[in-house]
Amino acid sequence: MITDKMKDCQFPALGYDYSALEPYIDAQTMELHYTKHHNGYFTKLQNAVKGTDLEEKTFLEVLKNISKYSVAVRNNGGGHVNHAMFWKSMSANGGGKPKGKLLEAIENKFGSFDAFKEKFNSAAATRFGSGWAWLIVKDDKSLAVTDTPNQDNPLMDVADENGMPLLGLDVWEHAYYLKYQNKRPDYISAFWNVLDWDVIEKRYLDYIS
Amino acid sequence: MSIKLPELPYAMDALDPHISKQTVEIHYTKHHQGYVKKLNAGIEGTEFEGMPLDEIVMKSEGGIFNNAAQTWNHTFYWEGFSPNGAGKPTGAIAEAINKKWGSFEKFQEDFNNKAATLFGSGWAWLVKNNVGDLEIVQTGNAGCPITDGFTPLLTCDVWEHAYYLDQQNKRPAYIDAFWNIVNWDVVNERFK
Repeated sequence: MITDKMKDCQFPALGYDYSALEPYIDAQTMELHYTKHHNGYFTKLQNAVKGTDLEEKTFLEVLKNISKYSVAVRNNGGGHVNHAMFWKSMSANGGGKPKGKLLEAIENKFGSFDAFKEKFNSAAATRFGSGWAWLIVKDDKSLAVTDTPNQDNPLMDVADENGMPLLGLDVWEHAYYLKYQNKRPDYISAFWNVLDWDVIEKRYLDYIS
Repeated sequence: MSIKLPELPYAMDALDPHISKQTVEIHYTKHHQGYVKKLNAGIEGTEFEGMPLDEIVMKSEGGIFNNAAQTWNHTFYWEGFSPNGAGKPTGAIAEAINKKWGSFEKFQEDFNNKAATLFGSGWAWLVKNNVGDLEIVQTGNAGCPITDGFTPLLTCDVWEHAYYLDQQNKRPAYIDAFWNIVNWDVVNERFK
């Protein structure tokens, strides 16, 4: 979808029921997050793109040059792409560990899967205010853990560390407040139980091939 | 000498239904208290230990600034409310608002818009600038207008934790409710 033209952008199906990620992410949070927050970004993005030369550009082109565009495109473009990717990274049958080439790359970079988790958890817990924690593949094909403020995406030229995101964790308070309130670390721990490593590994293999 | 969490100037349920007891409780005892704790841990053994809070806000950066400014901002937020708030401003602040915006309603519209459009986490503020005029400003995350030379008069916390249990994604509904508990006597005191 990142290579789609912006004019062809559709609001993606969630792919599972609002209650599918219970008890880790509750149905009320999923419904509000998807139908209000994500849909809000999507609608505002369409309004920002309509009738402009952005229609013919791909998401990838726009994100990589985001500093040239308006704040509305940055915030809502990021908001849409980040959430679309987030939903697809999770599954009712998620959890466990990655395998194959992705696991190898994680172990090469971080020493072990647990060491990677610790680094990712720390990025997610210490991102101050609203934002996202990410696992990315950099241009040199190496992995990195990073985080971005608000709805910025690691593909954006404004990000501290650039790369293709494989996995993003939303740490805006709206992602967890109804169930976990101020306890962001509990939400972060719960997240690992719903991760769909098949999807994440496929993103990695597609990118490096 | 460590920085203390100031007492809440009313009961946890005093602002209900505009801000629920549960929200006040978590916001004050977890978030506000959390910033105070992290601030004290962060300044221990540094040049900031023993410094008054507003001086830490003015002089620090990074994690110490975040926790100091969030401590300052939340204290300022709680002190701006009263269960018997309600209604329109009176006295000098009412005159100054009318002079600047034409009417209280126009001012509210401007403030509501600033509070609603701050993207992400942050604060909306009514401030007095260095020539004595009123302005409405936004700050992201822990941003505090004293670092820009403003005198803050009133603030609305628009971090999602301030309203998500009560109004969820409907930030404008929270901002509407906010006006019912503003303590204009306090705002007048700050304006002097």
